[in-house]
Amino acid sequence: MFPLYQSPILHQSLPILFEAKGFISAPFIDPTSKSELQAASILLRILMEKGKGVMGSRKWAVDFTDNSSTPSSRDIPDPPGFTRASHDQDDATLSRQKKDAEANWKSQKAWEVAQAPFKNLLMMGFMMWMAGSTVHLFSIGITFSALWQPLSALQGVGKVFEPYKDSKVDLNAPKLLYIALNLGGMLLGVWKLNTLGLLPTHASDWVSSLPPAHEVEYSGGGIALK
Amino acid sequence: MIYCSNHDPPAPLFFLYSSQRNPATDLEQPKSNLIAMAMAIKLSLLLLFFLSSLIPTFSLFEDQVGFMDWHQRYIGKVKHAVFHTQKAGRKRVVVSTEENVIASLDLRRGEIFWRHVLGSNDVVDKIDIALGKYVITLSSEGSILRAWNLPDGQMVWESFLSGSKSSKALLTVPANLKVDLDSPIFVYGGACLYAISSIDGEILWKKDFTAEGIDVHQLLLPDGSDVVHAVGVTDLSQFDTYEINVRNGGLLKHASASFPGGISGEILPISSDKFVALDARSSILVLISMKEGQIDLQQTHVSDLIHGSSGNTVILPSKLSGIFSISTDTFIAFIKVTNEGKLDVMQKVDKMVVVSDALSLSEGEQAFALVQHGDSKIHLSVRLVHDMSSNHLKETVKMDHERGYVHKIFINNYVRTDRSHGFRALIVMEDHSLLLLQQGEIVWSRDDGLASVIAVTTSELPVEKLGVSVSKVERSLFEWLKGHMLKLKGTLMLATPDEVAAIQKIRLQSSEKSKMTRDHNGFRRLLIVLTRAGKLFALHTGDGRVVWSSLLQSLRKSDQCTDPTGLKLHQWQIPHHHALDNNPSVLVVGRCGLSLSASSAMSIVDAYTGKELHNMGPAHSTVQVISLPFSDSTEQQLHLLIDADKRAHLYPRTPEAAEIFQRESENVYWYSVEAEAGILRGYGVKSSCNLGVPNEYCFETRNLWSIVFPSESERIIATVTRKANEVVHTQAKVIADEDVMYKYVSKNILFVATVSPKASGPIGSATPDESLLVVHLVDTVTGRILHRMSHSGSQGPVHAVLSENWVVYHYFNLRAHKYEISVIEIYDQSRAENKDVLKLIVGKHNLTAPVSSYSRPEVTTRSQSYFFTHSVKAISVTSTAKGITSKHLLIGTIGDKVLALDKRFVDPRRSLNPTQAEKEEGLLPLTDALPIIPQSYITHAFKVEGLRGIETVPAKLESTTLVFAYGVDLFFTRLAPSRTYDSLTEDFNYALLLLTIVALVVAIFVTWVLSERKDLQDKWR
Repeated sequence: MFPLYQSPILHQSLPILFEAKGFISAPFIDPTSKSELQAASILLRILMEKGKGVMGSRKWAVDFTDNSSTPSSRDIPDPPGFTRASHDQDDATLSRQKKDAEANWKSQKAWEVAQAPFKNLLMMGFMMWMAGSTVHLFSIGITFSALWQPLSALQGVGKVFEPYKDSKVDLNAPKLLYIALNLGGMLLGVWKLNTLGLLPTHASDWVSSLPPAHEVEYSGGGIALK
Repeated sequence: MIYCSNHDPPAPLFFLYSSQRNPATDLEQPKSNLIAMAMAIKLSLLLLFFLSSLIPTFSLFEDQVGFMDWHQRYIGKVKHAVFHTQKAGRKRVVVSTEENVIASLDLRRGEIFWRHVLGSNDVVDKIDIALGKYVITLSSEGSILRAWNLPDGQMVWESFLSGSKSSKALLTVPANLKVDLDSPIFVYGGACLYAISSIDGEILWKKDFTAEGIDVHQLLLPDGSDVVHAVGVTDLSQFDTYEINVRNGGLLKHASASFPGGISGEILPISSDKFVALDARSSILVLISMKEGQIDLQQTHVSDLIHGSSGNTVILPSKLSGIFSISTDTFIAFIKVTNEGKLDVMQKVDKMVVVSDALSLSEGEQAFALVQHGDSKIHLSVRLVHDMSSNHLKETVKMDHERGYVHKIFINNYVRTDRSHGFRALIVMEDHSLLLLQQGEIVWSRDDGLASVIAVTTSELPVEKLGVSVSKVERSLFEWLKGHMLKLKGTLMLATPDEVAAIQKIRLQSSEKSKMTRDHNGFRRLLIVLTRAGKLFALHTGDGRVVWSSLLQSLRKSDQCTDPTGLKLHQWQIPHHHALDNNPSVLVVGRCGLSLSASSAMSIVDAYTGKELHNMGPAHSTVQVISLPFSDSTEQQLHLLIDADKRAHLYPRTPEAAEIFQRESENVYWYSVEAEAGILRGYGVKSSCNLGVPNEYCFETRNLWSIVFPSESERIIATVTRKANEVVHTQAKVIADEDVMYKYVSKNILFVATVSPKASGPIGSATPDESLLVVHLVDTVTGRILHRMSHSGSQGPVHAVLSENWVVYHYFNLRAHKYEISVIEIYDQSRAENKDVLKLIVGKHNLTAPVSSYSRPEVTTRSQSYFFTHSVKAISVTSTAKGITSKHLLIGTIGDKVLALDKRFVDPRRSLNPTQAEKEEGLLPLTDALPIIPQSYITHAFKVEGLRGIETVPAKLESTTLVFAYGVDLFFTRLAPSRTYDSLTEDFNYALLLLTIVALVVAIFVTWVLSERKDLQDKWR
């Protein structure tokens, strides 16, 4: 299946859709704008309650709009009651709204990403439970991957949230959640390590190679030699 | 095929396979990183869990025998020898020795045909050969008579002669006496005279002499007569002769003559009717002649006979017909007895001459041999009895002066091709070695002094020097490759039988193991052993050969030192850091007399050459030698010798040593165990001696404590301490659930076992109610009894071993009628609180602070007992360089074998149902008896006859320990109680590895080329 926003139906029905929702304050939509298309597709998804918008390369496009402001370039005169000036003014609000939507989407997305390790955590927990508490290849592998995954995820915190960087979006909270969840995962790994008995948390781990204390006195002797 | 005492191949094979191919698990590798170490421990614990069902044993494959072990058979100092040199069959000599061995030796090469060790409580009195096919031995004071088949040593019959009282033991085997188709043997023992059938050992008749009160000295059977003459002494002042019918034991005649002067020593027969004896003051020779049932005594003063002779006259026991010899302070005189009873001195020879018995030659002549010791030579002369003036034969044999003087000589003759008589002489030397001389040459020699090892120590070999010639390397490289190719063939089962033999030969005679240089693993060493003869031998651990031997001058009989005995052998100088140029040396301490107060003799001997560096002649007495844990700048170990007056003498006698000792003296203590009195005493060093002469190396000691065992209820039967050089890796013992127990590791623990006096006899002499065995653990610094435990209804003998924080001891349980082994482990309760991890991490603990016995640490003990099937001769424990490797008990069983028993079997924490965590720890479920796995006999098919001791020496390789077991035989092997986890096995096939690598490289190259070609073809397509 090709992405939803590329379907001709979408492109044809967009204005109608927008109309139907009473959503559009702007007189026309620029379908080539990716973000708008995406926003639309989100809408569509909301409407259809299924589907997913993923960016992809476009094979073809029809330009329904004409953004040129000079009337000379058009062969068709503006419809009556349409003033170009008002359109320009609307354009500003539109772009602001557009940005708001984008930010909204970004933050939503960021939260989503931030919550992703939770699923991982559950998965890991299940795996660990399956692995049992004796040390063997499987349990060791699970434990070390449980330790390694959060570690590598934490290293790439910036990279993960880069796509959602926006001056308007506060990424700190999702980042913190993300870090916290990963730390939780790591704790789980450490806990597993401990249940396997591989952590030096007992006195025996620290004294097992302690040499005997030096004795102050020396004594020798025995039965008289015969 | 497995080489073990149990021939039960399928199960052991699996066992071997699984236990050999698993890595060592029950030990921890030292690592710098604590966490890594902890993990390693956990991992090893885990692996242990996997292996907990497998108990490692030491069984080996048949072709591994002799690979790292050697076994030497000895017989000891020869007492009697009987030659058996008939024309047909192999020529042999049957000997009995002071180690109570009877053996048949090959006269050509000196090898043992067969041998029987009768043991220390069955002393051989007499041996002879009967019927030309039986060796007859009389032992245990004439109470056991046995016949052994001469060719193979099988016992033919055995007779127990129960005498009423102890007496001399005499054996006469008549050469050609026939009584009703039987040839009786006449035995006197237990004050009874027996005639015993030589065919089946039946007692034909018995004549009891108890009522007569006679002490029979000689049994004579004149040729052709059927009368036995028993000649003896009653009440030391009356000569008696009894004539007894050989057929029925009837008394035919009795004659006696009283001699008020009393007699000393033995009555010596001169001929069938003449005897000679010395009076009580050794000044009158009494000639006893029997004529027609009358005894005629003739007295001659020794001083009349030999002018200027002073006391100490002794009649030598050599039986020369018509002649006897007496020895005085200065010389030996041969005295001829004429038919009329006159005594004529025929010749005087040097006192050091040794005389053999007379030997009948074919023409009725008799000959005897004299051996005279010259300068690094011995002169053997054979003389005819009737013609003393000239030597029938005179030979000079070069003799190693390390063998000392000749002690005994036995001669035998043979007929040469020119019908003249040749002689062979078997001589026993001062160092107890046995040599056969023939035609002026030593035909063979046996170092039988090694049968009586009394002390063992070891020495490192010299460091390998640079400059090995290239050709040698090349040759050896070729040999090496060849050897490995052969091995590879063997592995792939392509080798022919000849090649298999060659492989085995290469393995056994690897020059690597018998080199005279130090090796990286510390397998090659010198075992330095002191024998009862006062001779020091250095044996190479690789093949057991004698590297050097040295008869110590200080332990030789001399005017100052009349009865020398060796006591102790200690390492004197162990160069490793400062004094690398010096050779290591050992200290030998001996005593000149039999009493404790006799003066001592000391020698310091170079361990590489066997040269005596210092020889400290008779000095103060020595009852105890204490090796102190201090050494001076030349790495000489400080020693304290305690004399009979409880003074301590410091050695080496240098100001530096004195200074070191003065500094440390307040912490040096010593203790004495007075076993007879039942007292333990502890002493401290007080001040310098006050003997008139200032002596800064002598110290007075003061009694600090005493433990007196009540003599009516306790008698000391065994004491054991820890080995001074034992290394303990850790003070903590990690038990199940990560818990930790702190061992009470002290060098100053003494294990003392006492029994009730009634139970101190042999097993069975006391009822269970009367016998009580009490064991104590005593701190020898303060005299504090750390632990005391009693086993009611048990008795000795107790054999024990103390190591780290545990003691294992073996005793007899009279109630259960079984031997038991008990273990006591002792833990330091005062350290038990050190369990806070944080404090341990930051180092806030007192676990490494020096401890004093005076701080009286609180201790707890755990103990457990198990049944054990065998009675035991010695117990020892393996020791390794760092003390990390798990330990095995080495138990010398009654069968003269050495059994290795994992210490895990004697763990007081064993319980019937161990928890999961305890199982993971490797704790075995409790069983009532200790298992004896036939494969765990480290001596495999060999026996160490007369086993007396087992020494263990750590190799440099932590996994490995060297074991030396000694008795009449010597046995050496290498053990890895947790398998060789730190090295490849010696049979590791390097050639196979090399071949595999080469094959892999070739395969990689070939596949690379192929893939390149395929790629190219793909691109053209």
